Amino acid sequence: MADFWDIYALPTIIIVGYILAIVLPLLVAVAYLTLYERKVMALMQLRKGPNVVGPFGLLQPLADGAKLFFKETVVPSGANKVLFLLAPMMTFILSLIAWAVIPFDDDMVLSNINVGALYLFAISSLGVYGIIVAGWASNSRYPFLGALRSAAQMVSYEVSIGFVIVTVLLCAGTLNLSGIVLSQKGDLGMFSWWFVPLFPMFIIFFISILAETNRHPFDLPEAEAELVAGYQTEYSSMAFALFFLGEYANMILMSAICTILFLGGWLPPADWAIFTWIPGVVWFGIKIAILLFVFIWVRATLPRYRYDQLMRLGWKVFLPFSLLWVVLTAGFLVYFDKIPA
Amino acid sequence: MGYIDKQARSLLLTEIVTGMATTFRYMFKTKATINYPYEKGPLSPRFRGEHVLRRYPNGEERCIACKLCEAACPALAITIEAEPRGDDGSRRTTRYDIDMTKCIYCGFCQEACPVDAIVQGPNFEFATETREELFYDKEKLLANGDRWEQEIAQNLVADAPYR
Amino acid sequence: MIIATLAFYLFAALTVASAFMVISAKNPVHAVLFLILAFFNSAALFVLLGAEFLAMILIVVYVGAVAVLFLFVVMMLDINFAELRQGFLQYLPIGGLIGIILLIELILVVSGWVLTPDALQLAAQNAPIIPGATNTEQLGQVIYTQYAYLFQISGMILLVAMIGAIVLTHRQRPGVKKQVIADQVYRRPEDAMAIRKVEPGQGV
Repeated sequence: MADFWDIYALPTIIIVGYILAIVLPLLVAVAYLTLYERKVMALMQLRKGPNVVGPFGLLQPLADGAKLFFKETVVPSGANKVLFLLAPMMTFILSLIAWAVIPFDDDMVLSNINVGALYLFAISSLGVYGIIVAGWASNSRYPFLGALRSAAQMVSYEVSIGFVIVTVLLCAGTLNLSGIVLSQKGDLGMFSWWFVPLFPMFIIFFISILAETNRHPFDLPEAEAELVAGYQTEYSSMAFALFFLGEYANMILMSAICTILFLGGWLPPADWAIFTWIPGVVWFGIKIAILLFVFIWVRATLPRYRYDQLMRLGWKVFLPFSLLWVVLTAGFLVYFDKIPA
Repeated sequence: MGYIDKQARSLLLTEIVTGMATTFRYMFKTKATINYPYEKGPLSPRFRGEHVLRRYPNGEERCIACKLCEAACPALAITIEAEPRGDDGSRRTTRYDIDMTKCIYCGFCQEACPVDAIVQGPNFEFATETREELFYDKEKLLANGDRWEQEIAQNLVADAPYR
Repeated sequence: MIIATLAFYLFAALTVASAFMVISAKNPVHAVLFLILAFFNSAALFVLLGAEFLAMILIVVYVGAVAVLFLFVVMMLDINFAELRQGFLQYLPIGGLIGIILLIELILVVSGWVLTPDALQLAAQNAPIIPGATNTEQLGQVIYTQYAYLFQISGMILLVAMIGAIVLTHRQRPGVKKQVIADQVYRRPEDAMAIRKVEPGQGV
């Protein structure tokens, strides 16, 4: 019995504890990301944003959550009930399980697997299922159109994301996410992070994750003006809330991936004493917050792409360009004998 | 623009960068938001809000039951019944109803009124919890008139030169 | 150990069950979703074998790309499976024959390991195991050195298939007006209009 406790029960409890320690702050972050978005957008549009519920509107996300929680879940009569309810859960769960491999600090990771980068790529490529299943199961025109658009869009941009990840992996020489972060440790502080030598790929990656998370200016799957709310049209109450949470958690996740690949993860921007005192988690959070700010900033600035422009950008611009850059990077590394061991 | 210039511009995303810079600048500008229930924006003297029935300074109601407003109303929101009043035999309304759910706030009633009795006042915050509360009767309209008389009188004076 | 064994049986049973559901589901969309479940469970089996790289690639390629396209097509086409099944008996002999051949091959492979233990060594000697290297590194060492030509050839085959598909479906339609987006983007007010000061009675 003691064996059972030591080998199975205790590790399980510890892992559940870790999971809660990741998921609960994440959900709070998602809730406050909505407020962050509304505030920043408001400032850019000469408004003040939510400021009534709580000081500076700080309780607004909780009020919104409570409102959604008490609404009625409506299932359309022609819908495929099981898949209809499964789709939001899929989106939500997929956005959470990717966090298992994200390193928050040196050795601060739930599962430090060797193929971390591939795992993240796999999870992000699954995100499309929640949307496409939701669109099909709703048995309604607008959601279906939104789902088809999103499937095509996410598959297209995944290709260039894949190539960008490959370039970083070539430079870092490992698929392990902690290894990728540590490979960016250099004498130059923040200028030895990968976003400096691979700047064009950084831009391509950022634009592609905008498309991957269905954010502006690539929010065609839920283009309000054309498709009502796209794949979410038939959803209400908690089912909608799960989609919403999943989408915003995905934004944070993608920013985290971008931080790990290009912005040096938990590393401080310079090796000065003040910076190294601040724990790595804080640096990681700050970098994610900056990227999220850019997400919102882009939303407040750019109009939506037309669908054919979106496809053209993905297949005719990003794909050849990122492929070329992979070849260039590989050639550079081989020629100058800089391949990481 | 020359070919190289064009290509360089598109490669460096200059247009997107200038756009982003504009929005970033706007972040620090003074905000246009007013703190609504506590602060309110300016209203024109011609603002067409909630209806009131006015009285003369001596307390006599202005409406003479000519039914011009009822005839002018394009939404058929006004219903008037009239008969001579018992004590002095003057023609007065016995019923003056406005269905505020039908009203389109066009202002024809106040234009039609020869004695400035029915006027649309500056009040626009009259939301109710039930539909029935929006079926205004004479009593409610007269009460509104007593409540908003000062503002309405001012507005009428301010707008008089243009009528 | 017991947990690993239990996990293996769980994933294996789920793989077989969902594979069965793929061919027996009435709704084609459900069939594709069960196919995805089968892919997932096979990926889990790969992980149990210690081949995490293959597991991830299986998910990225099959679930992330191929199955999405399947789902896409199946949703668009609105296939009636009941109609497709009508010719079932007609094709049963050929289908059964292929099934039996596959079964025999599988039995040969499995029994080969049991009957001649040398076969295992034969298979193992081609793959140099680098002690301490990760899965990915070992695969790369084998694929890009020993099997480099085969790898290139398989890549060429895929390229030929892709070009073939494009050639077969691509039609050149004459007289179609197309947008040149770059030209649209670079059009400036100065290019399109001129502001002239026109004196009265002079004309332009």
